[in-house]
Amino acid sequence: MAKVSFHHNDGNVDVLDVDPGTSLMRAAVTNGVAGIVGECGGQAMCATCHVYVRPEYLDGLPEISEDEEEMLECTADPRDEDRSRLGCQIKAGEGLDEIEVDVPASQI
Amino acid sequence: MTAVPSTSSNAQNPEHPQNPQNIVIVGNGQAGIQLVDSLRKEGYTGAITVIGEETHFPYQRPPLSKDFMAADKEPKPLPLRAEKFFTDNDVDSRLGVRVTSIDRAGHTVSLSDGSSIGYTTLVLATGAANRELNVPGSGLEGIYGLRTLADAEAVHARLDTVRSVVVIGAGFIGLEFAAAARKRGLDVTVLEYADRPMARALSPVMGNWFAQAHRNLGVNLRLGEGIASFIGDGSGQGNDGQASERGHVAAAVSTTGETYPADMVLVGIGVIPRTELAEQAGLSVSNGITVDSAMRTDDEDIYALGDCANYPSHHAEARTRLESVQNATDQARHTAKSILDTHDGGRDYTELPWFWSTQGDLRLQIAGIAHPDDETVLRGNPDGGKFSVFCFRSGRLVAVESVNQPADHMAARRLLAQERTLTPEQAADLDFDFKAYSKAAAAGV
Repeated sequence: MAKVSFHHNDGNVDVLDVDPGTSLMRAAVTNGVAGIVGECGGQAMCATCHVYVRPEYLDGLPEISEDEEEMLECTADPRDEDRSRLGCQIKAGEGLDEIEVDVPASQI
Repeated sequence: MTAVPSTSSNAQNPEHPQNPQNIVIVGNGQAGIQLVDSLRKEGYTGAITVIGEETHFPYQRPPLSKDFMAADKEPKPLPLRAEKFFTDNDVDSRLGVRVTSIDRAGHTVSLSDGSSIGYTTLVLATGAANRELNVPGSGLEGIYGLRTLADAEAVHARLDTVRSVVVIGAGFIGLEFAAAARKRGLDVTVLEYADRPMARALSPVMGNWFAQAHRNLGVNLRLGEGIASFIGDGSGQGNDGQASERGHVAAAVSTTGETYPADMVLVGIGVIPRTELAEQAGLSVSNGITVDSAMRTDDEDIYALGDCANYPSHHAEARTRLESVQNATDQARHTAKSILDTHDGGRDYTELPWFWSTQGDLRLQIAGIAHPDDETVLRGNPDGGKFSVFCFRSGRLVAVESVNQPADHMAARRLLAQERTLTPEQAADLDFDFKAYSKAAAAGV
């Protein structure tokens, strides 16, 4: 299992154990993590699964695709050039046994 | 102490004596569930009942014809919301029951389990049903539609056991499935009555490009050729060589008389809006349940939205009914404000329609609504598999269709949402910075 932590603005943290290969968006939506919507079902069409990846995990991430790049320019909360990613494009357990992200205040 | 009937909403909100106290939502698809979410986000604290006829918890349909079919192992559906969303938000979620009738005068709906529920506001998010084939042999086993999770599970379970599949209809669902089946190495034939795929939704130039792209993938795409009948394998009957409704499908016969072997058949010939409840209740229906720009029907206490609703489209400048995630979710956010009277802007729904379809590695994105007779301008090189088609009507940009070109798509969404245009010459000129131009327009420059 891979461990995914979603940190919220109010200090609460959702810690999930998920099957390797599960996207952060699917993990969050399936487990009811507040603030992650996944409106398009993981197609990088809507930017409602925006997360800020904590710096210590950035090296293990896949590269940003052209699709993700365009959507990251349209996030509801400001993009962080280093840390912003779409949760649907990051899979837990693939190069990252553990990952921690911060959940933005808004997605729409 | 006697039970106190719930008092009128005046006590809660004197400014809005109509403030709804029990909102009943028929349908728990993308529109219905987003409406639940939006009602709570808008501050509504009263009762919500949401009724779904499937027994599954609400899930996302779009992946069913894409990722779900491509998965090797047993795929899992993606929920629209987790179960705890419904308890956390105090939502009465009813699964596996249908609404059988609406009593408008009595403000109640009757359910298939014999119960009834009172409403102050009723919302019809009933979606659409697959159009069904009615040719000889349509009743054979092995012929599937693809709409629900149950459909998708049945189809996916067969994919490892079949060699050849025939797809009826070259629309989005049919072609998404065809590409996924090809990727699994199956022989795929697609029969399409029209002379190009996705003819209702796409410009001719883009439709024709997709025809070639699917042929390059190895799909046997037969255009101008509809389905005439299915031939069974003769099981469960005395085989007299005639099409029969018993046994398992073995082949499809087209309108031009060709015969194609078929271990299974997938039918994707469009949908019909679910308007039967509205019709029974005497509401106005015409290609969908007729609503105004606030998503209200001709009964002031009944709203409709999503696939089942026919609304006055600002961008199409005509009454329109759309089948898409964007349409369902944006209309749900709008409907919540209409019901609660919390629109900060106008009551008119004006969101720009956009769509997507993933067919194998081909990613189609559409902003706006194109007509087949729009003037079209190419941007980029179709031979390279990355390009866009800009659609103009009376000299004004109305839609942009993109293949593997997400920057054009997002720029088009920004520009069209602002109702700004560009010239056909600018659209075709790759030295013209479309992205910067659209950002400036969105910023009000």
